Amino acid sequence: MYGILGFLNIFADYTGEELRSIFVMQSFAGLSQFSVFLLMALGLAIIFGQMKVINMAHGEFLTAGAYTTVVLSDLMTKYCPSMLPYYFFFAIIMAFVVAFLLGYLVEYLLVRHLYHRALDTLLATWGVSMIMQQGFRLIFGGREDSAVLPDWLMGSWAPSEMIDIPLNGLFLLGTAIIMTGLVCILLNRSRWGLNVRATVQNRTMANAVGINTQKVDRTTFALGCGIAGIAGAVFTTIGSVSPAAGSLYIVDTFIVVVFGGAGSLLGTVLAAFSIAQTQSILEFFLSGVLAKVWVLAIVVGILMIKPQGLIANKVRR
Amino acid sequence: MFKSIINKLFPDRASLMAFLTLAAVLLVVIPLFCDSFRLNMAAKYLSLAFGAIGLVICWGYGGILSLGQAAFWGVGGYCMAAFLKLEAARNIAQEQGSDQIKALTTVGLPDFMDWNQVTELPHIWYPFKSFPLTMICLLVVPGLIAYLLGTAIFKRRVNGVYFAIITQALCWLMEILFVTSQGLTGGINGITDLRTCLGWDIRTDSAYGALYFLTAILLLGCILLSKRVLHSKMGKILVAIRDMEDRVRFSGYDVSNFKIFAFAFAAVISAIGGAMFSLNVGFMSPKLVTIEPSIYMVIFCALGGRRSLIGAVYGTLIVCLGRTFLSEEFPELWMFIMGGIFILTTVVCSDGLAGLVEQHGDRILKFIKKHTRFHTWFAPLLPRLTPKKEQP
Repeated sequence: MYGILGFLNIFADYTGEELRSIFVMQSFAGLSQFSVFLLMALGLAIIFGQMKVINMAHGEFLTAGAYTTVVLSDLMTKYCPSMLPYYFFFAIIMAFVVAFLLGYLVEYLLVRHLYHRALDTLLATWGVSMIMQQGFRLIFGGREDSAVLPDWLMGSWAPSEMIDIPLNGLFLLGTAIIMTGLVCILLNRSRWGLNVRATVQNRTMANAVGINTQKVDRTTFALGCGIAGIAGAVFTTIGSVSPAAGSLYIVDTFIVVVFGGAGSLLGTVLAAFSIAQTQSILEFFLSGVLAKVWVLAIVVGILMIKPQGLIANKVRR
Repeated sequence: MFKSIINKLFPDRASLMAFLTLAAVLLVVIPLFCDSFRLNMAAKYLSLAFGAIGLVICWGYGGILSLGQAAFWGVGGYCMAAFLKLEAARNIAQEQGSDQIKALTTVGLPDFMDWNQVTELPHIWYPFKSFPLTMICLLVVPGLIAYLLGTAIFKRRVNGVYFAIITQALCWLMEILFVTSQGLTGGINGITDLRTCLGWDIRTDSAYGALYFLTAILLLGCILLSKRVLHSKMGKILVAIRDMEDRVRFSGYDVSNFKIFAFAFAAVISAIGGAMFSLNVGFMSPKLVTIEPSIYMVIFCALGGRRSLIGAVYGTLIVCLGRTFLSEEFPELWMFIMGGIFILTTVVCSDGLAGLVEQHGDRILKFIKKHTRFHTWFAPLLPRLTPKKEQP
């Protein structure tokens, strides 16, 4: 209880300059968190927005992407160490491909039988996540693995004496921004995006004008999973990979998607940003878990006032 | 009078037979074949089944999937554990000059409070000094939490997957709170070392047996109570809401009130299970209040048949037995099986075991009749599983 009340007079112990640096550095830590949230939530949001499917196995696609990167980095160090500085871009593409194919498979085998039964997809994909997690454990072992980072990702950038910003965090942030931009362009400027938007707005009519909505669903699902794979690849730059690495993020990510308003990209970005920032700034002053409690409580509270999320997508059913 | 009650609870002979079979399994078969250690284990499983029954009510009938049922189950468990812990502390205080007393600075307080520099009993713990108040607390507190939460959520017309995610997040939050407030709840260790209940030593073989029967009878009672509720007009409306919510709303019913009731009722039933768990096992820990046991309860319910109260009990027993035996022998295999159960019960047979029995029960009975002489002994007792079709 004292930790919660103590929040009120914590600022007293720091000078102005220190507070400013703490603020900058913690908000940068928040930005790293924001990038992971955003990359995870992007895929979930387009899947949930289009098909109303809850993909509980989304975290496992992140893990799949991360393991792809780890395997590639192991291969590179063994067979051609000279390529090590550049392999990372290739790894990101491979992570996308692996997660995309896995997602395609899961959609084809399982999810397509369960449209219109949202709660059942939740449980079925939970089953998938258990199986995938155990699969990772069997293949890669239970211990934590990490990829070899290229040199240009190590080190940090120090704009002032007290502020120190790690480069891998910047890289993560850059990837998240680029991916968001790409998804935005894909959705709004491509033929596929047109089909997706038509399907979201009115599935029956989209079918009637000759859009193969089943195919659109499948690609959307696979694409969402692929983005999670990319998230996994860049995740290896800030942390080590274990079979359960992805599942740690799943509840957070869902909160982000729901909080942002299902199916709205802007809402997802805003939600990921506000949740990650609040949490990381609170984390410095309170303990990590208490910060989490506060964030969760605030989000649930806001959701009760605004059940549609921050930005509601007006869709006729 | 008796007959009319029976008729109300069991619309056909098959459901009556199913209930009697369950009662026979719980009260006769399991005690016959288990020693006191295994009986205690069975009692542990059965106290988890309360949560599964709660899920049948709110998920199977009401269509609201709570992914945080273990939170309510755990509140019940913590209430019971708090009472038992205070009694344990009083017992220790009476043994003058023992080692345990010398290790304490404030005698009469639960040991974990003492370790956390709490010198006075916190006010929240006062009700747990008396047994009747504890009983009231463990029924009312979870019900009240569920009522408030349900009111906040359902009145705003949040439902479906949003509700599931919110309950999951709240369940997680609850675990964090239980772990962090060490002086109140014992932190990550939970409340341990519970030995007596009202002066009765619950760590003996005879107590294990008696507690098993108490758990089983309470479970059967809860099933009957739930049947009474679900077969009333209220239950019908609940099913209607599940299948076509808007139409029920347009017919003039306040849909949210029915959902709130189902949610709170399920919470209370789960809490009874949690309390029985504390009694049977002798501890309560925050690891039992979190997402994992909640998911297990959903698995119990899905395997047994989400619309079958009796199936939920079988589902619990099967999954728990499987977990105990398989996870020791082949820990790798177990997670695959769990995942498989989830996928099978959603894609292939959404009514679980109960659905299978309903579909193929007649064939199974015929098979038994053909290959054994069983029916000649019990002919009058054997049920007709499906009611005879009326000829037009």
